[in-house]
Amino acid sequence: MSNQLEALGLHKAFGTIRAVDGVDLRVPAGQVVGFLGPNGAGKSTTMKLITGFLEPDAGSVRICGDDMLQAPLAAKRHIGYLPEGAPAYPDMTAQEYLSFLAEIRDLAGSVRKQALERVFDLVHLGGVAHQRIETLSKGFKRRVGVAAALLHDPPVLILDEPTDGLDPNQKHEVRNLIRELGAEKTIVLSTHILEEVEAVCGRAIIINRGKVVFDGTPAEMDAKAPATVASNRLDWVFRTLTTTELQTQEIPS
Amino acid sequence: MKAVSTIFRREFASYFNTPLAAVFLVIFLFLCGIFTFQLGGFFERGQADLRPFFNFHPWLYLFLVPAVAMRLWAEERRLGTIELLMTLPVTMRDLVLGKFLAAWAFLAVALAMTFPLWMTVAYLGDPDNGVIVTSYLGSLLMAGAFLAIGSALSALTKNQVIAFVLCVVACFGFLFSGFPVVLDFFRGWMPDFLAEAIASLSFLGHFEAMSKGVVDLRDVLYFTLVMGVFLYINALVLDWKKAA
Repeated sequence: MSNQLEALGLHKAFGTIRAVDGVDLRVPAGQVVGFLGPNGAGKSTTMKLITGFLEPDAGSVRICGDDMLQAPLAAKRHIGYLPEGAPAYPDMTAQEYLSFLAEIRDLAGSVRKQALERVFDLVHLGGVAHQRIETLSKGFKRRVGVAAALLHDPPVLILDEPTDGLDPNQKHEVRNLIRELGAEKTIVLSTHILEEVEAVCGRAIIINRGKVVFDGTPAEMDAKAPATVASNRLDWVFRTLTTTELQTQEIPS
Repeated sequence: MKAVSTIFRREFASYFNTPLAAVFLVIFLFLCGIFTFQLGGFFERGQADLRPFFNFHPWLYLFLVPAVAMRLWAEERRLGTIELLMTLPVTMRDLVLGKFLAAWAFLAVALAMTFPLWMTVAYLGDPDNGVIVTSYLGSLLMAGAFLAIGSALSALTKNQVIAFVLCVVACFGFLFSGFPVVLDFFRGWMPDFLAEAIASLSFLGHFEAMSKGVVDLRDVLYFTLVMGVFLYINALVLDWKKAA
């Protein structure tokens, strides 16, 4: 199967800090990738490189065959992106905000109307459509961001912490939604919640200090923990791979 | 160009979604009135023209245009919406133009709302309407030039106060570049022709000509050029400081 998302040899430095240091990522359609890593590991930066917000110092990004550096507009059309913190214009209502995005994405007339209805339905925003975004609760704001990413029904979704700040019910809903969409779309989502990876992702990638330190299924990740670890096995693997002290102390050579 | 108009409309509406428009328009008109009637001696002069009104525009713009310009990009940065805009399938040029034109149109609305002054002079006497039209045109162009400078500086930071201060200083420099206060700073160490070139950049000189009723293509071109150059710088700054 061809890869809808192909990022090869990504490098990005801020001053002397190598935020992303040689990340390769190939994701076919119908795969949900959980992007894990401690804060500051380079998750968000990698997503910014993939979505074309930042330009890599080296490496390339191809989305559905379109190169992000050569044909940025074509490549950006294939992506739905939820940036970190789900930013939106606080003085607009959810309806106005999403209409603006629909317009800028060239959805017109009845297509726009349908697209708006569809996303309002998908993330259950109907009740607050005419409320200003600044008056919405954190959970609703996040859902406006998710709606914005889904609006044009893109084949590739990049979601930076889509469930952050949601209550357990909302988390459950968003996870179901992601699982549903993941059947045909390419989804990369970052998260700090390891059960989420087990729940929705077919593949987990752990990144530490800008480098990929694990790439495999959640089951393979689980298998890396020794049998003596009875609970929180993914946590154990995550900590082992991303903290150097633990590496020297606990991993048997 | 469709993207420009979409961004323009969102941005323009955002002024009126917040108290910003109301506060700005009231203060602008209030200050126009004070300057024209109190400081400008509109009635005492006994002349049917709007010179006392237009003479104060450069000073008015020195503080009010940076107030509009400071939020243009600094706010997008602070909200994080800049990331959203730049991952949409639109070019940097469309973004910069759309936002700039919206802010300029907003200033044009403010300027247009001073029309009662024109009606006043027309009622009291027989003003030279041609001069008034070119003065309005000159004033609008000058506002656009200030705004373009402010927009470029606003792209440097996510702090609106810093953007405002930088913008006032830069506009002050451009306003006074023909005067000793700025020129003396360059005179000592710069060759004369460069100092003269800086002097000729003064907004005041170019505006003055237009407010006397002379539409010299060079003045129009000058303001247009300032806008073009600073909007280009604006795009470069955004590209360069994306992550900041």
